[in-house]
Amino acid sequence: MESILEVRNLVKRFGGLVAVSDVSFRVQRGQIKAIIGPNGAGKTTIFNLITGVDSPTAGEIRFKNSEINGLKPHEIAAKGISRTFQNVQLFDNMTVLENVMVGRHPRTVSGLLSSALRLPRTKSEERAIHTAAMERLNFVGLDSSSQDLAVNLPFGQQRLLELARALATDPELLLLDEPAAGLNSFEAGLLADLILKIREHGTTILLVEHDMELVMDISDEIVVLNYGKKIAEGTPVEVQNDQQVINAYLGEGP
Amino acid sequence: MGAKNRISLGVLVGGLVLLPLFMRNPYYIGVMVFIGLYSLITIGLSLLMGYAGQISLGHAAFFATGAYTSGILTTKAGFAPVPAFFTAILLTACVAFLIGIPTLRLKGHYLAMATLGFGQIVYIILNASVEFTGGPSGFGEIPRIQLGSILIESQISRYCLVWSLVILVLIFSLNLINSRVGRALRSIHGSELAANAMGVNTSKHKIQVFVLSAIYASMAGSLYAHFVTFISPSSFDLKFSILVVTMVVVGGMSSVWGALVGTFLLGLLPELLRNFRDYDILVYGFVLLLIMVFTPEGLIGLIDRLKGAQEKRSLKAQAKLS
Ligand SMILES: Nc1ncnc2c1ncn2[C@@H]1O[C@H](COP(=O)(O)OP(=O)(O)O)[C@@H](O)[C@H]1O
Ligand SMILES: [Mg+2]
Repeated sequence: MESILEVRNLVKRFGGLVAVSDVSFRVQRGQIKAIIGPNGAGKTTIFNLITGVDSPTAGEIRFKNSEINGLKPHEIAAKGISRTFQNVQLFDNMTVLENVMVGRHPRTVSGLLSSALRLPRTKSEERAIHTAAMERLNFVGLDSSSQDLAVNLPFGQQRLLELARALATDPELLLLDEPAAGLNSFEAGLLADLILKIREHGTTILLVEHDMELVMDISDEIVVLNYGKKIAEGTPVEVQNDQQVINAYLGEGP
Repeated sequence: MGAKNRISLGVLVGGLVLLPLFMRNPYYIGVMVFIGLYSLITIGLSLLMGYAGQISLGHAAFFATGAYTSGILTTKAGFAPVPAFFTAILLTACVAFLIGIPTLRLKGHYLAMATLGFGQIVYIILNASVEFTGGPSGFGEIPRIQLGSILIESQISRYCLVWSLVILVLIFSLNLINSRVGRALRSIHGSELAANAMGVNTSKHKIQVFVLSAIYASMAGSLYAHFVTFISPSSFDLKFSILVVTMVVVGGMSSVWGALVGTFLLGLLPELLRNFRDYDILVYGFVLLLIMVFTPEGLIGLIDRLKGAQEKRSLKAQAKLS
């Protein structure tokens, strides 16, 4: 199997704090891979490094066999990596539909002049953006709220909207940062089904999640972090039986 | 463009066509010409402030670049007004691009500082380079615009020209807002982090809007030069830059319509307060203060709120009836 993402000896320091310490792992194409670990373990930081929000102190990130560290976030998005955020980051000032339409940005080309002059090719591209965005909304079940302001959606639906928006970029690799946080168990179940469906469509998924039932259910492989270090990697069964993981999660007390 | 914008545009065009039929006094038509010139600038500024989230404190300088380029080319280089108009646009765009590139790449309000500095530099140059600009006393004998067989000389012909341009600029801007590029701009305002993650090159779009707003100001400047036929630095000082920003803030930054509302209000205010001429800056300050305290979203925000309240009332009334 070809690896779509390869992280080598990644280090990120914030001043004196080492948030990510010499972490390496690979994600195979078509996999659902999870990163787990206690709060502050460095999971979100790894996502920020992969997507170019932060730049690594040391180490290398390769996507489809080419190095992507140093690229800007928008360039990385264009290459085919998309993400959702632990703290939902919607465009509150825009409608549900418009939020997803922004997701089509890296796959469309109309510039300022042709947009403002409403040239025919811009008009047809605009229709295509609309159709594609409605498809993604349909997929997550938000099509009936397309005209609402994003900020007015209930929290669970805001998470789904972020997912639809990320999917609109046609990602090859999708990073989900705690997508089930704040969802009830019914909503989390629906989310798990969606994630499996997204994988079926050929998108590789890297998932950060605290809901262990969800993680163990859908992941092919799991990386476990603690204090910025990788302490284990393997299938859900392997990871669950790993002594270091048990210690990290249950504490090393008596 | 959306039904709401189409209706607003229709109302505006209708009003503009009817106005000269009822208002025969050329003095007031002249006031409307100036409001039109200001509108060109404030529409661009509202795109910059409301959509790209940046402030310029130096738009007087772009207004000046338009006016002086048109003025100098037509009086000293034998250009006709129309080619001079487009040359001025090109020059202004280049200048804005050079200022925008270093400042808009950075996060934060560096553009406000850079444009403030740039405005002062241009003001000093206009005063100092006497052989080109006439220095503090300026220069005159700028030819009027000739469009085919029509000479733009009367107030009413100026009114038609400037407001036709405003409508074109308005349509252009409304199209832009409701497009891929416009959504990208609005998304930056919503969450720059998420906008980047969706592939939006935020600095590129911010620079584009900044350049566009400078071009609008240049257009206003060129028309101004040919309308008044005499220009001097005092029309292009910091006070002017602040006035246009104030117009946008007063009207409301959340839409280009807000910019128009603010421009009308502050454009008419001096006429209403003619007896207080010496205190105009005080009155402007007071108006700004009132707006900030009572309706921070600007007058457009106030109108929306009143409409909301009215809808609520009529819903209540309906509920009572049934
Ligand atoms: N921008 C930042 N500046 C300083 N410290 C940060 C920054 N981002 C994260 N950290 C620190 O790095 C550590 C890892 O954070 P994070 O990656 O968010 O953890 P996780 O997502 O695993 O809960 C935490 O101690 C956090 O406080
Ligand atoms: Mg986190």
